[in-house]
Amino acid sequence: MTEEKHILTMLVDNEPGVLSRIVGLFSGRGFNIESLCVAETIDPKVSRITIVTKANEPLVEQIEKQLRKLINVIKLRDLTGSGSVQREMALICVRAKPENRDEILRIVDIFRCKVVDVGVEYYIIEATGSVEKMKALVNLLKPMGIKKIARTGTIALFREPH
Amino acid sequence: MKLTGAQILMEVLKEEGVDSIFGFPGGATIDIHDNVVKTDMHHYLVRHEQAAVHAADGYARVSGKVGVCIVTSGPGATNAVTGIATAYMDSIPLVIICGQVPTHLIGNDAFQEVDIVGITRPCTKHNYLVPSVEDLPRILKEAFHIARSGRPGPVLVDIPKNVQQGVTNYKPNQKVRLKSYNPTYKPNAKQLQKVVDLIKSSKRPLIFAGGGVLLSKGADELTRLARSTEIPVTMSLMGLGAFPGTDPLSLGMIGMHGTYRANMSSGECDLLIGIGVRFDDRVTGKTDCFASQAKIVHIDIDPTSIRKNVPVSVPVVGDCKSCLEILNTLLEDEDLEAMKARRRPWMEKVETWKQQYKLAYAQEDEIKPQFVVEKLYELTHGEAIITTEVGQNQMWTAQYYHFDRPRQFVTSGGLGTMGFGLPAAIGAQVAFPDALVVDVAGDGSIQMNIQEMATAMQYKLPVKVVILNNCYLGMVRQWQELFYDKRYACTGLEHAPDFVKLAEAYGAVGFKATRPDEVEAVLRQGLETPGPVIMDFRVSREECVYPMVPAGAPITEMLLV
Ligand SMILES: Cc1ncc(C[n+]2csc(CCOP(=O)(O)OP(=O)(O)O)c2C)c(N)n1
Repeated sequence: MTEEKHILTMLVDNEPGVLSRIVGLFSGRGFNIESLCVAETIDPKVSRITIVTKANEPLVEQIEKQLRKLINVIKLRDLTGSGSVQREMALICVRAKPENRDEILRIVDIFRCKVVDVGVEYYIIEATGSVEKMKALVNLLKPMGIKKIARTGTIALFREPH
Repeated sequence: MKLTGAQILMEVLKEEGVDSIFGFPGGATIDIHDNVVKTDMHHYLVRHEQAAVHAADGYARVSGKVGVCIVTSGPGATNAVTGIATAYMDSIPLVIICGQVPTHLIGNDAFQEVDIVGITRPCTKHNYLVPSVEDLPRILKEAFHIARSGRPGPVLVDIPKNVQQGVTNYKPNQKVRLKSYNPTYKPNAKQLQKVVDLIKSSKRPLIFAGGGVLLSKGADELTRLARSTEIPVTMSLMGLGAFPGTDPLSLGMIGMHGTYRANMSSGECDLLIGIGVRFDDRVTGKTDCFASQAKIVHIDIDPTSIRKNVPVSVPVVGDCKSCLEILNTLLEDEDLEAMKARRRPWMEKVETWKQQYKLAYAQEDEIKPQFVVEKLYELTHGEAIITTEVGQNQMWTAQYYHFDRPRQFVTSGGLGTMGFGLPAAIGAQVAFPDALVVDVAGDGSIQMNIQEMATAMQYKLPVKVVILNNCYLGMVRQWQELFYDKRYACTGLEHAPDFVKLAEAYGAVGFKATRPDEVEAVLRQGLETPGPVIMDFRVSREECVYPMVPAGAPITEMLLV
């Protein structure tokens, strides 16, 4: 059976141990987590967790059911597909040799990113966008020398009907 | 009213109707134990924390109530883990109270500190580290609610010492409010109508009942369904007793050591109605071949069980008892006689399988373990509460003792925990002081928690232990014989204690039988002797459990002898 990417988003009680319960469900069954984001929502008692994982249909069904079964999971939704807005953010520290600086700034412009730190030899670029955009950006910057990178992984929200 | 945490615990236990607790104290539970003895609750001091949990578990399995145990922090808590995992796998409602080091020491590698909430996360239904005495009443109420509702399970509450000593205002009988936890009890009516339609159109139906039927107290409804529609019933190990084992419609246990007729029926049925089962690999064998001609209906309160192991045509999420009640009502409007008439060929086939191969053994010069269980069945008129250890002893008991009542058979099905039987028997005896409670044991398993003979003696709990003593870790030896060219690596138990003397050392009574003609007399004596008794039956060493399906094979391909 083919594996597909799934974006699972859930509201959970904002309490110690809840994240480890959720992550434990994945590790206990040998599922991989591709990315994971957690932060408080407007209600400080509730956090939103977004997990991206790859699995086939029956496995995803199992994961979702198991997650729903956790006492601390309030709501869960699979946001894969176009019904949702999906973004990720990255900080990319790229080597900025004098002869590359113009090119870097051009890329930053085209991708609507920002240079947030300028050093003697390195720029740090802040970028947000879809996973595909991030991939493209990284590919373009790679030849110049990426020293380090920090990515948030996907966050997603369901689009409310217009 | 102002109460300490330990006093609040007692108040909630009283509110929840708890009258028996199994436990073992330590520095981190002194405050709790100090308060337990001030109430009229009975506290049973076991000799090992694993046994405290198994005893609470046995108590819960036979009584249908929530079992409660109290253990101390650190080693007390870790000793309890096997018991907790055992209850988790079999969906047994327990509340495990743990002492913990004071909050300000947590995370500092304090003396006897262990992250038991972390350790038990994968083997509890839910667990809590109580952050403050103000949270304690709410958490305790939630713990009982979660343990007993939905698919039951163990809930652990870790209470730091300063929380036990802290004081807060206590309001009795608080309501539980959990916004994210709402088990589905009421099934979808449309789905059940589909089940009725399938029952109507099927020519070769089979009911497969599991522990969920017992947990939901739905055995009577199951019996009514099977008898009114004349559908044969097979049971998982955990389901034994959900339908009377001596009923002509009973096919006995299904699976790796299931009966020939049960396994063959599952292979040829065109409709399999699974109720409160989870299609464990010991039941299904090779899953692709399991019930391969059948539409599968799966009724369970836990949606995660459905479609986990086998494809399901009609899933029904709901409480087994409610589902069965509705099915029975819907079926009242149907022409049951016509249905039965159409299925006569199927019933005849099932009957042929029954005649073709019966559970059997040949009694020779040595005592056969099956013979002991059969005699035990006869002498107790099938009415004892039976617990088992794990291994061949467990399977022979499942095969040769016929369980007609729910909650009569207490065994570690999911985890298969050696050492379970004796403490579980103690718990069962606490729940039913006047019942005859027998632990059928292997010589290996009994040595895992034999120290609990002392508990049985101290509280005058007259449990009887029947050891099927083959001087082997028999079940593993059986696999070695059949699949490892008889290399009996590390399964010989040559150096066993003299169980008769050991019984006597505890102040109990011991008997021994070495010849077949002694079996009946020893059983009679053992069962009639007041107080705890150990009976040591020296059985044929290399006896195997048959039928047997090799792991991973289709369950219709059985080794018969
Ligand atoms: C705690 C634990 N350890 C190991 C096992 C693996 N195991 C399963 S059956 C068995 C043999 C049990 O031997 P015994 O209690 O003598 O019973 P018999 O099979 O001989 O009836 C073993 C070792 C287990 N189930 N539980």
